[in-house]
Amino acid sequence: MIRDAEGRYWEEGQEVFETPQAAPDPKPWSETRVVGTRRMRVDAYERVSGTAEYPSDLLLPGMLYGAVLRSPHPHARVLSVDATAAEALPGVRAVISGFTPLNAALRPHEQLIRETLFGPVRRFEGEAIAAVAADTPYHAHDALRALKVEYEVRPFVSDERDALAEGAPLVHEEGNRVGDASTYARGDVAAGFAEADVVLEEEYRTECQIHVPMETHGCVASWDGDTLTVWESTQGVFPVQAGVARGLGMPLSRVRVIGKYMGGGFGSKLSMGDYTLMAALLAKVSARPVKLFITREETLLSAGNRPPSNTRIKAGVKRDGTLTALDLSATGTGGAYRAGGTGGLDFLVRELYRCSNVRTETQDIYVNAGPARAMRAPGYPQAAWALEQMMDALAEAIEMDPVALRLKNISLVSQVRGRPYTTTGLEACIRDGAEAFGWEAAKARAEATRDAPVRRGVGVAAAMWGAGGGGPPATVILKLFSDGSLNLNLGASDIGTGTKTIMAMVVAEELWVDPDTIQIEHADTGTTQYATASGGSKTVPTESPAVRAAALDLKKQVLEIAAAQLGVDVATLALREGKVVTTSGPSQEVPLARLNDLRRRGVVVGVGYRGPNPEGKMVNPFAAHFCEVEVDTRTGRVELVRFLAAQDSGRVMNRTTYDNQVHGGVTMGVGFGMTEKRVLDRGQTGRLVGHGWTDYRIPTAMDVPTSLEVLPIDLGDREANSTGAKGLGEPATIATAPAIANAVHHALGVRITATPITPAAVLEALAAQRQESTR
Amino acid sequence: MSSSKEPPRGDGLSVSRRGFLTSMGLGAVGVALPEITPATGPEIVPAGDVTRIALRINGRTHPALVEPRWSLLHVLRAEVGLTAAKEGCGRGECGACTVLVDDQPRYACLTLAVEAEGAEITTAEGLMEGEELGPTQQAFAETDAFQCGYCTPGQVMATEALLRANPHPSPEDIRGGVSGNLCRCGAYENIFRAVERAAELRSGGAS
Ligand code: FES
Ligand code: FES
Repeated sequence: MIRDAEGRYWEEGQEVFETPQAAPDPKPWSETRVVGTRRMRVDAYERVSGTAEYPSDLLLPGMLYGAVLRSPHPHARVLSVDATAAEALPGVRAVISGFTPLNAALRPHEQLIRETLFGPVRRFEGEAIAAVAADTPYHAHDALRALKVEYEVRPFVSDERDALAEGAPLVHEEGNRVGDASTYARGDVAAGFAEADVVLEEEYRTECQIHVPMETHGCVASWDGDTLTVWESTQGVFPVQAGVARGLGMPLSRVRVIGKYMGGGFGSKLSMGDYTLMAALLAKVSARPVKLFITREETLLSAGNRPPSNTRIKAGVKRDGTLTALDLSATGTGGAYRAGGTGGLDFLVRELYRCSNVRTETQDIYVNAGPARAMRAPGYPQAAWALEQMMDALAEAIEMDPVALRLKNISLVSQVRGRPYTTTGLEACIRDGAEAFGWEAAKARAEATRDAPVRRGVGVAAAMWGAGGGGPPATVILKLFSDGSLNLNLGASDIGTGTKTIMAMVVAEELWVDPDTIQIEHADTGTTQYATASGGSKTVPTESPAVRAAALDLKKQVLEIAAAQLGVDVATLALREGKVVTTSGPSQEVPLARLNDLRRRGVVVGVGYRGPNPEGKMVNPFAAHFCEVEVDTRTGRVELVRFLAAQDSGRVMNRTTYDNQVHGGVTMGVGFGMTEKRVLDRGQTGRLVGHGWTDYRIPTAMDVPTSLEVLPIDLGDREANSTGAKGLGEPATIATAPAIANAVHHALGVRITATPITPAAVLEALAAQRQESTR
Repeated sequence: MSSSKEPPRGDGLSVSRRGFLTSMGLGAVGVALPEITPATGPEIVPAGDVTRIALRINGRTHPALVEPRWSLLHVLRAEVGLTAAKEGCGRGECGACTVLVDDQPRYACLTLAVEAEGAEITTAEGLMEGEELGPTQQAFAETDAFQCGYCTPGQVMATEALLRANPHPSPEDIRGGVSGNLCRCGAYENIFRAVERAAELRSGGAS
């Protein structure tokens, strides 16, 4: 039941939610005063002063600290857990495992404890064995060390490339294939290849990337009688509430989840984790609040990842650049459980470029490793790594510019779904991006360095994101107080993307009030309205139209109150700078704080719902990334000299946070392409090699591009929704790594088909190139 | 104003503060937080032996009863209740816990509380001027130098330390100076701007 709640929002055929009585959407703004400007975040003060209270900061009276013992073996049966010594230690208040006795508080959860949380067979290193609560984190870790566990160690397979071999150890009895391969076909690929002037085939690999948000995963759980409050570091308080209620057999109304600040998630915090239920159970049995945040090491093992991928692409192209056929087969792994190991892996090949003949086949495989969780555009960066390098190779083979080849194959309709896009900025991203980047000049500059030890290269890659349009449900409440100040109440989390600020700007736009007069209440299942998790690049396109609808609902009531008070027709009234003013007839005005009816009532409440997306159309964001590298052929070091990200995410809502989010996407793409790799000891132990950031290297200040430019392609999508915004967070990371790979290829003439492009990988590729040329 | 008699705080491209402090601190990892070695771990240190210390934090004296193995970070956050300094790794790899110890940036997760006695400890709370942001904090807010904000107090303290030692850092000094602080949201570009802006504000620059 825990893994069901994984929130695989990107899957086709997902549940369709309904929103009540959405009023017909207003037309998008034609001019804006606030939306689209640069605006400081509403919570900047809290975040820089240190007063923002993250769930891991919470201190409650009598609070205990939880910790989790996790399996050191990639595959084992737990034979026994002896907690006698641990329980005798000072400061230790509770131990829960699959073997320790259950008292009255825990007995109703026997199945959850014995079979799910601490089940007998552990299929990956880092799967839980026991949880403890103690007076301090130190005492809790003492307790873990004092637990005596007997294991029957089983054979393992930790790499999907080994898992389908004859006689490979089985992760699950039914075999290591996660169901049958998923396939897709349109047209006739054989005919397409026959038509082509050039056919290329190549294999690509991407390594496992791990989210490692700065704040680890966890929560504080506290009981008050039958009511449980959980302060969780999460992207969505409502999915956590649902998961906890289901897991503990409680009504939703008795589970309150609060998550106002959180230190990053990137898809790994879309729903609760095993740690959430453990904290709740430890709190229940110890009758104390319990804070349980997993360690950095545990995040590497057990809190999700972007799984590795192995992709073969065969592609056909005519001399004029027309793509004639694309054939992809790929394998991936969601780890030891069903977790969408190949989800999204083939979508770009099916969708990004116009091509009539496409065939794909993906196979998800079980291995003894931590399960995947959605990670920033699940499947897409892996797919772009393969497809966009192939496009580059095709361009080279037909002696066409890589920018021109891409422009030749733009599609205005979603080929997978057979519907037009509301807007597609793909062409503009590539064309305007190339121009802003100075593509031609940079290319010529690079080519002049061919014989130097330090060589330059330029690369381009494009992307689209198969979600990012948002949609129902979203319910938002906006309150106007008697002094003219406002409270905006919405359930969505602000995961660092600036959601709250953007929503305040939408209200300020619609009501012409000062954004600083708006107080925001959010991400609390006890006090705010239902919202889906902030993920899938859909928070702004989902919530902002609902916020606008709430503002319109409120505006209507306010104008009616004013019309009665001023004795004029409501149609002659408008809001301006915190006042109601007449727009025709004799000039009259009344400040919001002087509306008599508002003062009598104390509050006017506007409610907004998210309406449906346009019928028969697809709403998708697009991007193109451009990169200039300098490669030192003596050291293998790749310097990112210049980077430009052109993004079509519909209307730019807040240019400040827009740029920042793109910086973040590019940086994570740099990590994916150049530094990050989960290393499992494939042969001997199956265990993770290196247990922190020293070994699992994410980009530092030293690794990011020296110059990083953001180019918004603001097409003003008038059909997508009433604010015209599309998602941004994920499309900003998809094209980065292949743009770098293509630039490295341009510099060196060798292609590195496996992530990450480390100095060692560059030197190896150069050595192979030398060998090739002397042969 | 003399600008460069001091050696630059950032070490340029070759040695980052991150690499330096990590290797320096490795010995303390086992002491600061016992590694989670299931079942087969070494002998258990009896817990509960507490010492009375007094820490100077943000200009005030805080008496505390601590175990010798407790990190400064744990004591700041859980005992004193100053939670601006964050734990990102607990093992000297991320800088989320950065505080100033006598003006030097230190990973509070790798500093024992008992060894910090007698030193002047500054946390992000200590940079506030009453309810007002200090100039370094103000610069981070103005330049949007964060997303989730979890690494931010650490970045602010690293910047504060850099600028106290080197009020006019070069772009290389800036990269080096904050290179011991990871930001998984990838806000580095704006963090560089923030350091520049902070240098400006601190030297009475235009606001
Ligand atoms: S928490 Fe101290 S360096 Fe990461
Ligand atoms: S702002 Fe999120 S880790 Fe830096």
